[in-house]
Amino acid sequence: MAYPGKITKFAMGHLSKAPATRAFPLGELIITPHFRGKLVLKADDCIGCGLCERDCPAYAIKVENRGTKENKDFHVTLNLAHCIFCCQCMDSCRKGCLSYTPNVQLAGFNKDDLIVDLTEEWKAAQAVSAEEAPAEEAAVDEAKPEE
Amino acid sequence: MSKKVIVPIGPQHPALKEPACFSLTLEGEKVLSAVVGVGYNHRGLEKSCESRSYIQSLYIIERVCGICSHSHSTCFLQCAEELAGVEITRRAAYIRVLMGELERLHSHLLWLGVAAHLIGFDTLFCYAWRDRELVLDLLADLGGNRVNYGINTPGGVRRDVTPEQIQDILSTMDILDKQLAYYVELALGDTVLAARLANVGKLSKEECIHFGAVGPTARAAEVNYDIRKVGPTAAYAEIPFNVITDTHADVFGRTVVRVLEMVESVKMVRYAVANMPDGDILVKFPRKVPAGEVVSRYEAPRGEDVHYVKANGSEHPERVRVRAPSEANWHGMAHMIEGDYLADAPLIIAAIDPCYSCTDRAFVLNNNNTGEQQVFDWKQLRQYSIDFYKKEHGFDASKIKIAEKKHF
Amino acid sequence: MALSLFNILIFPGFLFLGVYSLAFEYIDRIIYARMQNRQGPPWFQPLADFLKLVGKETIIPEDADKNIFKALPIFAMAAVTAAFLYVPITGVNSLFPFEGDLIVVLYLLTIPTLTFFLAGWMSSSLYSTIGAVRAMTQLFSYEVPLFMALLAPAILAGTWSLSGIAAYYHANPLWILVNIPAFLVAIVAIQGKLERLPFDMPEAETELCAGTFTEYSGRLLAIFRMAIDAELVVVAAIVAAVFFPIFVANAWLGFLIFVIKTLVVAFILAIFRSVMARIRIEQMVIFCWKYLTPVALLQIVINIVIKGVL
Repeated sequence: MAYPGKITKFAMGHLSKAPATRAFPLGELIITPHFRGKLVLKADDCIGCGLCERDCPAYAIKVENRGTKENKDFHVTLNLAHCIFCCQCMDSCRKGCLSYTPNVQLAGFNKDDLIVDLTEEWKAAQAVSAEEAPAEEAAVDEAKPEE
Repeated sequence: MSKKVIVPIGPQHPALKEPACFSLTLEGEKVLSAVVGVGYNHRGLEKSCESRSYIQSLYIIERVCGICSHSHSTCFLQCAEELAGVEITRRAAYIRVLMGELERLHSHLLWLGVAAHLIGFDTLFCYAWRDRELVLDLLADLGGNRVNYGINTPGGVRRDVTPEQIQDILSTMDILDKQLAYYVELALGDTVLAARLANVGKLSKEECIHFGAVGPTARAAEVNYDIRKVGPTAAYAEIPFNVITDTHADVFGRTVVRVLEMVESVKMVRYAVANMPDGDILVKFPRKVPAGEVVSRYEAPRGEDVHYVKANGSEHPERVRVRAPSEANWHGMAHMIEGDYLADAPLIIAAIDPCYSCTDRAFVLNNNNTGEQQVFDWKQLRQYSIDFYKKEHGFDASKIKIAEKKHF
Repeated sequence: MALSLFNILIFPGFLFLGVYSLAFEYIDRIIYARMQNRQGPPWFQPLADFLKLVGKETIIPEDADKNIFKALPIFAMAAVTAAFLYVPITGVNSLFPFEGDLIVVLYLLTIPTLTFFLAGWMSSSLYSTIGAVRAMTQLFSYEVPLFMALLAPAILAGTWSLSGIAAYYHANPLWILVNIPAFLVAIVAIQGKLERLPFDMPEAETELCAGTFTEYSGRLLAIFRMAIDAELVVVAAIVAAVFFPIFVANAWLGFLIFVIKTLVVAFILAIFRSVMARIRIEQMVIFCWKYLTPVALLQIVINIVIKGVL
């Protein structure tokens, strides 16, 4: 039967139901387990081949050798402002040393903060996990889901 | 004799989600004539593909459209794979279809919400978008992102579907089934909705064919044309479904077609999940693609999507051409708006589910007599804009410094 | 004198109306949101919106007449506030009742619509002009059924005073059942008066940006929005007084009953707003003259016949 305001009964039913939306900054951020967020690098395995740089469609990732020819010191920098989170670099990497985290809240007030040195970040994380209890390590592992 | 006024809808207008300008000549509330002005959104997508490898181009092509991203990337890959002589595995084909149909669900739910919002029916808008969120969660989990899923890769797909994800998909489809049945009932049973949608933006079958309309716009006028049936790609040939057509040929018909198409899509997703063959999801794709040219078609949620790729044997494509479905639907737009009321204009524009930035392309006009090309380079363009503002607005813009472009 | 000033400025006058209309806006919005399965705004949102607008820069179009442009929102607010003083709140009697105040209140409530029209016309912008014309067209459609729907109970009560009508139906509560068609007509016409869905064509956001208020900003827009909120309260109070004849002698209890009655009206109006799509202006004119006016006319005939029989 056709009549105006047919949605009334359906809509009234929602008055007693909990809302489907959430007040965003408050409460927990729910992200599906396979969501691609910020990249992390396992710097130990990185051989500096530059395949990630070659395949990056946004020219966001960059591999550079800051050491000498004999004593290599590869640094992988990621420009989060350019990164489109496609994770093609992850697929291109033959060593599997790049992986994504569910970290998506990356906005900041300073443009320079958006250029991150993934190698330094990994070294810092290693230093922290070496100092602290092994329980911390488990938490870090959890934050990096394996493909 | 009432006065004629020209009302601009756009470039900035609450009804438009992207800039475009529709100049409507009004007499009272009736639209006498309409001029469609698109071209505010040129992004140089096709050109930028030419300087990137096929893998990199894929992500550019995926971002042609924010909603039918999977359709565009699949269509582009169909070209690339045919050029390289690579055939994807059946499992990969099924996963592509699965994503394509989930995308259709999300796109049509989005459209339903937008159309409801344009006629002030925000309650339906909120329900449609709430249900769309369920589909987006599925897509985010399957692909890794909410809209640019990035599941396609040359030679197959990047991610496999796990049994847990299949459970998620099936339970979401159960919820959607119930909701879609309700939307069908609502679309056919609410008189206020029908009063706003019916007999608005008429485009008859002959006119559809004349203007080259595609997708739900054409199918609402009994044009039985769906690439999934006419020229099936991926696994569409193996999956049973009905092409939905309608006789209304107006916005109401387009609504009905889209809602019923969603019901079909739910069935297709169920079938694809139940009959998904085992096997690999990826075959090796060469970096260098042999020379040749290919045109490929795919049924995007908005209609027929056409891609053309010309390869020259190197790592980069030589020429990429994207004919987005909205581009085909623009031609009948002025005809649809004319004769209707101003209040209906945003709804008619939205009824083709337009995608402004997908359609904007740049052309270079060659003067046949002199052989001149009228193209501005960056400096000339800046000088032109400075002169323009000085002349039109008396504002000297020459002192404004432009920041240097830097990558890192 | 002091009591009158207190009544006019604080309770139940200007200040109370302001606070109550903000609360009303919140209730309206939260019901609207909950029906759409949304979270809805926090309780302070209407006040925050108001304060934000007050703090913003006011821009006046070059072509507009500056004095009239600035005066219009204040006119709208003043008219609504004045109308509120003649509506019964704590009991059967309003603050300054007199014979014929129903007509005065209805005319005072027409002034905001006229200011909306003038505001749109004065803005000399295309969108506002179209919005203004639509506001005027709409006025001619809903005003007649609304007046008739509110005058029909008055005919039965035999008085043109809101307090008199309230007193009559308080004494004979069963007669209110006769007025149910008038109540329905009034609820629909009020949506037109308040420019709410399905009759919000004058400020149809997706067609005309903000319609009549496109060029308004800052403090002036804040006052306009306040006037619209206050209009909602006043109209709800009138409907409550005419169609819900529940009054008690105790002033505090009477006030509580007033709040409950107006909330019920707000609830009905919010539901009405949630379940409708915006119709076109010409559909609205047809609907009002073809369906609403005949029903209101029928109500008047019925009430005259009953009055004659009595």
